[in-house]
Amino acid sequence: MSTDVLICGAGRTPFGRSEASGRQLAIGAVNAALADAGIEWSRVQAAFGGSDSAGLADTLVAQLGLTGLPFVNVKNGCATGGSALISAVNAIRSGMADVVLAVGFDKHPRGAFDPRPEDWGLGAEYGSDGLMVTTQFFGMKIQRYMHDYGITPRTLALVAEKAYRNGGLTPEAWRRKPVDADEILDSGMVSDPLTRYMFCSPGAGAAALVLCSPEAARGLEGTPVTLRSAAVRTRRFGSFEVFSPWIPGGPLTSVSRDASAAAFEEAGVDPGDVDVCQLQDTESGAEVMHMAECGFCEDGEQERLVASGATGIGGSLPVNTDGGCIANGEPIGASGLRQVYEIVQQLRGRAGERQVPGEPRVGFTHVYGAPGVSACTVLSR
Amino acid sequence: MATDPRSPTVTVGLQGSRCSGCSVTAYPAEDACPRCGGPADPEFLPGAGTLWTWTVQRYAPKSPPYQPPPGGFEPFALGYVELAEGVRVAAVLDVEDLDDIRIGMPLTVTAEHGVPRARPTSAGEEGS
Repeated sequence: MSTDVLICGAGRTPFGRSEASGRQLAIGAVNAALADAGIEWSRVQAAFGGSDSAGLADTLVAQLGLTGLPFVNVKNGCATGGSALISAVNAIRSGMADVVLAVGFDKHPRGAFDPRPEDWGLGAEYGSDGLMVTTQFFGMKIQRYMHDYGITPRTLALVAEKAYRNGGLTPEAWRRKPVDADEILDSGMVSDPLTRYMFCSPGAGAAALVLCSPEAARGLEGTPVTLRSAAVRTRRFGSFEVFSPWIPGGPLTSVSRDASAAAFEEAGVDPGDVDVCQLQDTESGAEVMHMAECGFCEDGEQERLVASGATGIGGSLPVNTDGGCIANGEPIGASGLRQVYEIVQQLRGRAGERQVPGEPRVGFTHVYGAPGVSACTVLSR
Repeated sequence: MATDPRSPTVTVGLQGSRCSGCSVTAYPAEDACPRCGGPADPEFLPGAGTLWTWTVQRYAPKSPPYQPPPGGFEPFALGYVELAEGVRVAAVLDVEDLDDIRIGMPLTVTAEHGVPRARPTSAGEEGS
């Protein structure tokens, strides 16, 4: 489609617990992205960003500089970063601006998210009877998937083991201590079949990208990465989502399948062309299912692929090379842009100890969240 | 409406709805079809089905909104029961032993107060 969009700067903060506010983290990530691009804030012509629960992105201009630029707040749950990115892409393609910022940040309290039934159109009994717990959904979706496609609990543990191993190689990750599969299986059941160490935790962090038109990028030093496509979709009828009192019978639809297919089609790339990818891993089961939903394997193939090390950094399809959500935690607004940050580092050959060998050329990112939204990107160098 | 043979005061089944156009069955009852947006009519669902998926809530959910039972929180099972009418309904599973839960087990769903609850279908009820 039309004009290429280049990512010329990428920045992130450490993820985890932080004394800093979500807004302070956002400033840190924006300044890192600007420095990476080699530009001043005054060169940015438009900005898009948001958080789920850490404040309004447009207020960041008080610290960044009151240059008068248009700054649009985005609030789109787990797709906040992806939606900000797509808005930035469209700003460049439409000619609205030639240098655009996308920023996502968040800071959540300790413990699980705390949804209210009335906000989801459900009766109060779903809260009082104990069904407003997100981990139940993750457990039930992978439970059925394991039954249908022969995935074992050991595979779920190996996914988490890889996440902690990759987290150990990522200076900004939260969980950096290796944990082996047996310890993960024995860490206590949370929502069967998922154990405690198979889950990510809500946390704090920020990530930011500087996007440019090809003309604007020409004047900059450094190595840009091409954003080949970015797609956001919401669920269609027949999907299985969190907090559903019922789901329709028959085969399930998947918003991740829809968004990834749209991103691949727009980029003119097949999943088989991808050298490194980032898939939403709210917990181990999500990574397993998203490998198939995003087109990287058939349902059930994960059992063999994960055991063989194919999804590790030296494997045929490295997944979540920075440790993903499991090792980084989930600041909702920042997760999607953290994924893009990681792929940018991998495609530039700057990922340090976690660098995928063989000079990867094509990368892919995928986020998924409630109430059935997914954002995907395809990137290349 | 069918009645539970062991407890005649408790009715078995659920009040759902069915779209007259595309035949989608929904629970709880909706005025409009969630697929096509057309009008939906009330439909009684007898509540017989099989377990489609499940998990166990191992720790006490946050209170509020959760209200633990008088005896205090105990781990409980929940899942989706696939009914013959082509709808999978979320329910708390009233089973005696959490280790006995299997996908495909026959269950009967009831909704009186609170969320739907499902219990193993007794031999005499099967196929009725």
